[in-house]
Amino acid sequence: MSPKTWLAALSCSLPLWAAGGAWAAAPAAMTGDAARGEAVYSRCLACHALAYDRTGPRHCGLFGRQAGTVPGFAYSDAMRNSKIIWDEKTLDVFLQNPLKAVPGTSMGYAGISDALERADLIAYLKKENASADCKGK
Amino acid sequence: MSFLSFVRNPSIDMRDARRVFLGQSGLLLSGAAVALMAGRDALAKGKEGGASDVRILNTALGAELEAIAAYQVGAESGLLKKPALDLAIVFQGHHKEHASLLSKTITTLGGKPVSAKSEYTFPVDKLKSDADVLRFAAMLEKGAVSAYLGAVPVFDNRDLSKAAASILGDEAMHWAVLRNALGEPPVPSAFMS
Repeated sequence: MSPKTWLAALSCSLPLWAAGGAWAAAPAAMTGDAARGEAVYSRCLACHALAYDRTGPRHCGLFGRQAGTVPGFAYSDAMRNSKIIWDEKTLDVFLQNPLKAVPGTSMGYAGISDALERADLIAYLKKENASADCKGK
Repeated sequence: MSFLSFVRNPSIDMRDARRVFLGQSGLLLSGAAVALMAGRDALAKGKEGGASDVRILNTALGAELEAIAAYQVGAESGLLKKPALDLAIVFQGHHKEHASLLSKTITTLGGKPVSAKSEYTFPVDKLKSDADVLRFAAMLEKGAVSAYLGAVPVFDNRDLSKAAASILGDEAMHWAVLRNALGEPPVPSAFMS
């Protein structure tokens, strides 16, 4: 890795590292079941929807998206500045304890402590993100 | 009269039903008193967790304001007939009380309550029948139970946790009654998550 690349990687990881070490300790995510994940997703439906913004931002287009960047959504400064790129691992860490992962987030939720439930939820989100309903949203 | 059965029995006078629901408001008044007292207490102590608590309360307020709008859409859809229509209006009234309490508490804590959005997005194209409206409302109420359940342990001020739990109880009752109206088991499991 060239010094330039190394520095770029370091600068990307610093906000996560500074968030209390939760990210550095992230284990590899488990393989989840999307069908079970749909039931877990029902817990999110007071604030979130797949295809449109509500109290929380939409989940279509989530994977690969930088946190805090859905156009027009009013994020907390903490989320906007987190530099997180959403993927299976970052979602797993965030969902386990949102307030620890991103202190200052508006998502005042204790998190999902069960690793399999998180994996199921992430599997569901991945499946829905690949569906026609999420195309272009 | 059964709290759970009146929805499915159109012969029951809705005034009786309202009295039943109003009877529940003691729970909410208790929650209101607790929340407002918690706000004053936090102000007096200058607690550091106040900013976090305000953020959590504001997120809850945003969801409550959306729920009020959702019930308005349901009530004006023309799809709900009595007694389900009356039920929606009663539940909307509860959400208005929740929102009012949350807003006052946020102000007491020195925060700025969020306002209702000028426009909300709802899946109105998928609401074709009274059952669709009730199912949509049930989905929101179930989500609200989970959201408050997730908020209860993260308040810095434990009195706010108690007030949030009071609202959680009300949301859970909404969910159960809506499920009953849909002909589904009103309480499908012993635990919520």
